Amino acid sequence: MKELIWLVPLLPLAGFLIVSLGKSYLSKNLSGIIASTMVLGSFLLALGIFFDISGSKEKSFTVNLFEWIATGDFKVNIAFLIDPLSAIMLLIITGVGFLIHLYSMGYMHDDEGYAKFFSYLNLFVFFMLLLVLGDNYLLMFAGWEGVGLASYLLIGFWFKNSSYNDAAKKAFIVNRIGDLGFILGIFLIYITFGSIQYSNVFSEALNLKESEPAIVAATLLLFIGAMGKSAQIPLYTWLPDAMAGPTPVSALIHAATMVTAGVYMIARSNILYSLSPETLQFVAIIGGVTAVFAASIGIFQNDIKKVLAYSTVSQLGYMFLALGVGAFTGGVFHLMTHAFFKALLFLGAGSVIHAMSGEQDIRKMGGLRKKIPVTFITFLIGTIAISGIPPFSGFFSKDEILAHAYEVSPFFWVLGVLGSMMTTFYMFRLLFVTFFGSFRGTEEQKHHLHESPKTMTIPLIVLAVLATIAGFAGIPDIMVHDGHWLESFLHPVFKGSEAFTHGHKMSHSMEWILMGATVLITVLMLLFAYTKFVKNNNVPAGDEKKQGFLPNLLANKYYVDELYNAIITKPLNALSGFTYKFMELKGVDFIVNGTGNAIVWISGVARRVQSGNTGFYIFAMVVSIIVILVINLFNK
Amino acid sequence: METLQAIPLNHYILLSAALFSIGVMGVLLRRNAIIIFMCIELMLNAVNLLMVAFSAHHGDGKGQVFVFFIMAVAAAEVAVGLSILIMIHRNTNTTDIGFLNKLKF
Amino acid sequence: MITTLLLVLPLIVGISLFFIKGNSVKTIALGASVAELVLGVTAFLQFDKANVNAQYVTNIPWIKSMGINFHLGMDGISLILVLLTTVLVPFIILVANRKEYANQSTLYALILLMQFGLVGVFTAQDAFLFYIFWEVALIPIYFIALIWGGAEKIRITFKFFIYTLAGSLLMLAGLIYLYLQTPVPHNFSIQALYDLQLTKGTQSWVFWLFFLAFAIKMPVFPFHSWLADTYTDAPTPGTMLLSGIMSKMGVYGAIRILLPMVPQGMHESLWGPTVITLAVIGVIYASLMAMYQKDYKRLIAYSSAAHVGLIAAGVFSITDTGLSGAIVQMFAHGISAFGLFYMVSILEERTGTRQLDQLGGIRIVAPVYATVFMIIMMASIALPLTSGFVGEFLLLAGIYEYNEWLAGIAGLSTILGAVYMLRSYQSAILGDKTAVSDKFFDLVWQEKAIVFPLIIIIFVVGVYPKPLLDVIEPAVKNIFTIMEVTKK
Repeated sequence: MKELIWLVPLLPLAGFLIVSLGKSYLSKNLSGIIASTMVLGSFLLALGIFFDISGSKEKSFTVNLFEWIATGDFKVNIAFLIDPLSAIMLLIITGVGFLIHLYSMGYMHDDEGYAKFFSYLNLFVFFMLLLVLGDNYLLMFAGWEGVGLASYLLIGFWFKNSSYNDAAKKAFIVNRIGDLGFILGIFLIYITFGSIQYSNVFSEALNLKESEPAIVAATLLLFIGAMGKSAQIPLYTWLPDAMAGPTPVSALIHAATMVTAGVYMIARSNILYSLSPETLQFVAIIGGVTAVFAASIGIFQNDIKKVLAYSTVSQLGYMFLALGVGAFTGGVFHLMTHAFFKALLFLGAGSVIHAMSGEQDIRKMGGLRKKIPVTFITFLIGTIAISGIPPFSGFFSKDEILAHAYEVSPFFWVLGVLGSMMTTFYMFRLLFVTFFGSFRGTEEQKHHLHESPKTMTIPLIVLAVLATIAGFAGIPDIMVHDGHWLESFLHPVFKGSEAFTHGHKMSHSMEWILMGATVLITVLMLLFAYTKFVKNNNVPAGDEKKQGFLPNLLANKYYVDELYNAIITKPLNALSGFTYKFMELKGVDFIVNGTGNAIVWISGVARRVQSGNTGFYIFAMVVSIIVILVINLFNK
Repeated sequence: METLQAIPLNHYILLSAALFSIGVMGVLLRRNAIIIFMCIELMLNAVNLLMVAFSAHHGDGKGQVFVFFIMAVAAAEVAVGLSILIMIHRNTNTTDIGFLNKLKF
Repeated sequence: MITTLLLVLPLIVGISLFFIKGNSVKTIALGASVAELVLGVTAFLQFDKANVNAQYVTNIPWIKSMGINFHLGMDGISLILVLLTTVLVPFIILVANRKEYANQSTLYALILLMQFGLVGVFTAQDAFLFYIFWEVALIPIYFIALIWGGAEKIRITFKFFIYTLAGSLLMLAGLIYLYLQTPVPHNFSIQALYDLQLTKGTQSWVFWLFFLAFAIKMPVFPFHSWLADTYTDAPTPGTMLLSGIMSKMGVYGAIRILLPMVPQGMHESLWGPTVITLAVIGVIYASLMAMYQKDYKRLIAYSSAAHVGLIAAGVFSITDTGLSGAIVQMFAHGISAFGLFYMVSILEERTGTRQLDQLGGIRIVAPVYATVFMIIMMASIALPLTSGFVGEFLLLAGIYEYNEWLAGIAGLSTILGAVYMLRSYQSAILGDKTAVSDKFFDLVWQEKAIVFPLIIIIFVVGVYPKPLLDVIEPAVKNIFTIMEVTKK
C-alpha cells in the first residue's frame, strides 16, 4: 500500500486536470462525480496506508519520487513521508474532503460554475496532500503556497462581485506575508543544518543545545508562516473576509484543513520547537490571546458564517495554545475534532443558507428547527461538541489542552477557559437565534424553506457522528488507563521532544477539579444564553443600535481592519505613488534626462565659438599654432 | 654658390622670418581675400627660401627638391583658391572676408 | 559547428528577407526560427554535462595583428540562454504573424538579425567579438522600436539607444584596457583576459566600467529609467525581445565578464555590498512603481524590472545557489515575461485600451484567456511548481547566504508582486463587465497554439528543473574556479 502513496495526491490532481480541461465535454453531474470519486479514491488509499502504519512496527517511511531542485550542496527531492502524523492528516483531509465534495454536489447544483468549482476543490486537495506528505520543508512550502492559490480561487469564486475579489486578494496577500517568513525560515534551516529534509534536520537539531539562536530564529520565522496560514494575531483578518467563498469552501479550506496547516507544521517540527522554549512560549501567548480575542468578536456578529469564522480563528488559537504548552498530541487531537465539528457547523450553516435562499443574517432567521430538522439536530451536535460538553468530541480535546496549559501556567488555563466560555455563549446564541423563536424572514423565504437534499444531509449526519465519537480516540488517563489511543499512535512522531517538555504532572484530583470547573462554567454559559435568547426571546439588535463602548468595539471587530488599512495599506499606496511620481519622475529620470539636457546646453554654448567670421578662424589658427610652438619650446 | 655661402645663414633666417611674419600679419589684418591669399603665398615662399638656404648650407639637395614640391602644390592651390574667390566675388560682389560669415552653426 | 550554424542561419535568412516582399516572409521567418529552435534543442540534448569547458567550439583567426579570433562556444550558461533565445524567437514571430505590420519583411528581418546578435553575445568566447555582438544586438531592436513604436517613439528610442550605447562604450574601454595588459602579442580571447593578474586597485576601477555597462542593460537601479518607456512604447514583438531576452544580456555579461575578470571589485571591502544593495533597492523600487501604474503594459514593464533586479542581486551574492538561481530564473522570466506581454497585447488589440480602470469583466467573456493569464501570472509571482519558483527560491536562498536582512528585504518583492499582479488582474480581468469587455472574445486556436506550449514549459521547468540545473551546475562551478584564480 505504501508504495502507492504517490497516487494519493495524484488522484485529485488528475481529477483537477480532467474536470478543468474537459469542462466543455463532461456533463455537469459527471464532473462532480469524477472529482468526488478521485477524492474518495485517495481516501481509500489513505485508509489502507493508515492500517499499514498502525499494523507495522516501522512507523515512518519515505517514498522518493525524483530529484526536484539540486544545485551545489542544495538538494531537495519530491519525496513523500508517511508516518502516524501524516497518516492522520491524510485521513482528515481526504475523509472530510470527500464528504464536502459530496455535499457540494447538492449545494452548488444550480451554480453555473459547477465544474469549475469541483476542479478547484480537487486542486486544493492535491496541494493540501502535498503539504502534509512532503518529506522536506520546501515541498511543504509548495503545498503551503498551493493551498493559498486554491483558497484565492475559491474565495473569489463568484468573480463578478468585486468585494469577493477583494476578500480573495486579501487572503492571498496576507498569506504571502506569512509565506515570506516561512521561506526565510527554510533558508535559515538550510544554512544551519545543511539540509531541509525533515529526517536530517531533526537528527542534526538534537546535536544543538537548547535555545540556540539559529533555532529560535528559524522557529519564529516558520511561525510567522503559520500565523498567516492559520489566521493568528496579527495576520488573522483575512479569514473572516474569506467567508465570501461558497460555504463548502469555508468548511473544507477555512475550517477543517488548510487553516490547520500551521498546526501541522509545528507538530511536524516539534523537535525544533521543543529546542526553543522561547518560541513555544510565544506560540502559546499568541494562540491563547487569539483564542480569547477572536471569540470576543464572535459574540456580536450577526452573519452566520462570520460567527463561525471568528470561532475558527479562536479554535485555531486553542490549537496553538496546545502546541505552545508542549501538548503536541493535544494540538493534533483538537485539529482532528475541530475538523469534524467545524466542518459540520459550516455545512450546517450552508444548509441553513440554502434553505433561506441565500440569507446569511441570523436576525432574519428564527424558528428553523421545525422546518429543517436534520440540519437542526446535526447543528446542535456540532454546537455541543465545540462547546466542550461531555461526552462530545470537543470536550476531550479541549480538556487535554486546558490540562496541559495549567501544567505550564495557570495564566494559559485562564485564557483557555475564558475563550471556552465565550465560545459556548456565541455558539448557543447562534443556535438559539437561528433555530428557536419565531421566523423573522420575508414571506417568500418562508415559502421556500425546505430541508436540503440527501447529498447534503448525509455528509451532515456522518460528520455529526464523527463529531460525537471522535473524542473517544483520546480519553484522558484519569478516566480510562491507557485510553488515549491517539497519544500512543502519534508517540513515534513526538517522542523526540518529550525530553524537553518541562511541565510538572499535576495530581489526578486537581485534574478532576479543573475538568469539573470547565464543564460547570460551560453549562452556566449555555443557560445564560438560553435565558437571554429563548426565554426572553431577545433578537440581536442592528449594528446601528449598539450601546456602550465595549459592544460597539466588539461589533466593529476592534477596528483592526481599519487600523491595518490606516497603518499599512494606505501608507504603502502613498509610498508607491511617491516613488513613482517623485523619486522616479522628479529624481532618477530627471537626473538622466538632465544629463542629456546638460550636454545639449553645453554644446549650445560651445557652438557660439563658431562665429562664421573667417578672419576670426584664421586668427584662432595662428594663435593656436603659436601656443603649440611655445609649449614645445618649453617642453624641451 | 660662392656668394650664397658668403652670406651668413643667419641673414637668410632673419629674412624668411620677416617675410613669414609679414605674411602672417597680412593674413590676420587684411580683409581683402586676394591680399590674404597673396600673404599666404608670401609665407610659403618664406619657407621655401629657408629650405633652399639650409639645403645649401648642409650641402644636401633634398631640401631643394622639396621646394619644387611646395611650389607645385602652391600653384595648384592658387588655381583652386582663385577660382573659389572668383565664385565668391560673382555671388557676393565683394572679396571682403567680413561678409563670409555663413560658415557657422 | 552547431554554434556557427546557430549564428549564421538567422544572419543569412535575416539579410535575405530584406529583399523579399509579400506574405511569404512570415513563413520564411517562422521556418528559419523553427530550424534554429531545432538546432538549439539539439545542442541542449547533446551537451556533455560532465565537461565544464565551452563546447561546440569554433575558433578561426580573424584579425591576426590584433589577436582577435572568431571564437565561439557554449558552456552551460551560454547554452541555457541560447536555448531561451531559440525557444522564444519562434513564438515572437508567431505573435507578430497574428498582426499586419507595415514593411513586414523589414520587421522579420530585424527580428532574425536580433537573434543573430543575441546568439552571438551568448556564445562569443572572444572579448572583441562579444563587444561586436553586443552592439549588433542593439541595432535591430532600435529600429524595431523606432519604426513600429508608439506615439513618442523618437524621443524614447533615442534615449534608449544613447543610454545603452554610453554603457557599452565604457565596457569597450574596459576591455581594451584589459587587452593591453595581456602579454605581447596581445590577445582578446576571454580566457586570456581571465588569466590576467590585476592588482586590487586596477580591478576596483575597471569594475565600474563593466558594471555600468551591464547595469544599464539589465537594468539595475538607478540606471533603469529608459526601461518603462521603451518597453511600453515598443511594438509587442519588440517588447518581448527586450524583456524576454535582451535584459538577460546584462546579467550574462555580469556572469561572463564582470565576475571572473574583476572579482576583486566584488570584494566586501570594495563594491560588492554597494552593488547588491543597489540591486535589492531596485527590486523594491520597481515593485513600488509597478503598484502605482494604471497602464497594464507599463505595470508589467516595471514588474519585469523588479524580477531582473532580483536576478542581479542573486548574481552579486556570488553564491552557488544565487548564481544557479539567476540562470534558471533568466530562463523562467523570459518565458513568463513573454507570456505576460502577450496577454496584455491581446487585451489591447481587442479592447483598444490597456488602462486598468477601463477594463473589467474579461473573464465572463473569455474564461480560457483568463485562466491562461492566471497561470502565467502565478509563474511570474513564483508560485511553487511553476517555473518562476525554482529560480526565485534559489535566488533568495543565495541572497540569504550573503546577508539575511537583504534577503528579507528582497523577499518583500514576493508580497508586493502579489499585490500589484493580483490587483491589476482583478481590475482588468475579474469583476463585472465594462464598456469595452464585450469587444473581447476568447483565444482562437492560433493563440492557443502559442500559449499552450508556454504553459507546458512553465510547469515542466517548475516540477522537473533538473535538466536545466544539471547543465548549469558545472558551468557555475567553473565560474567560481576562475574567480578563485583571478582573485590572486
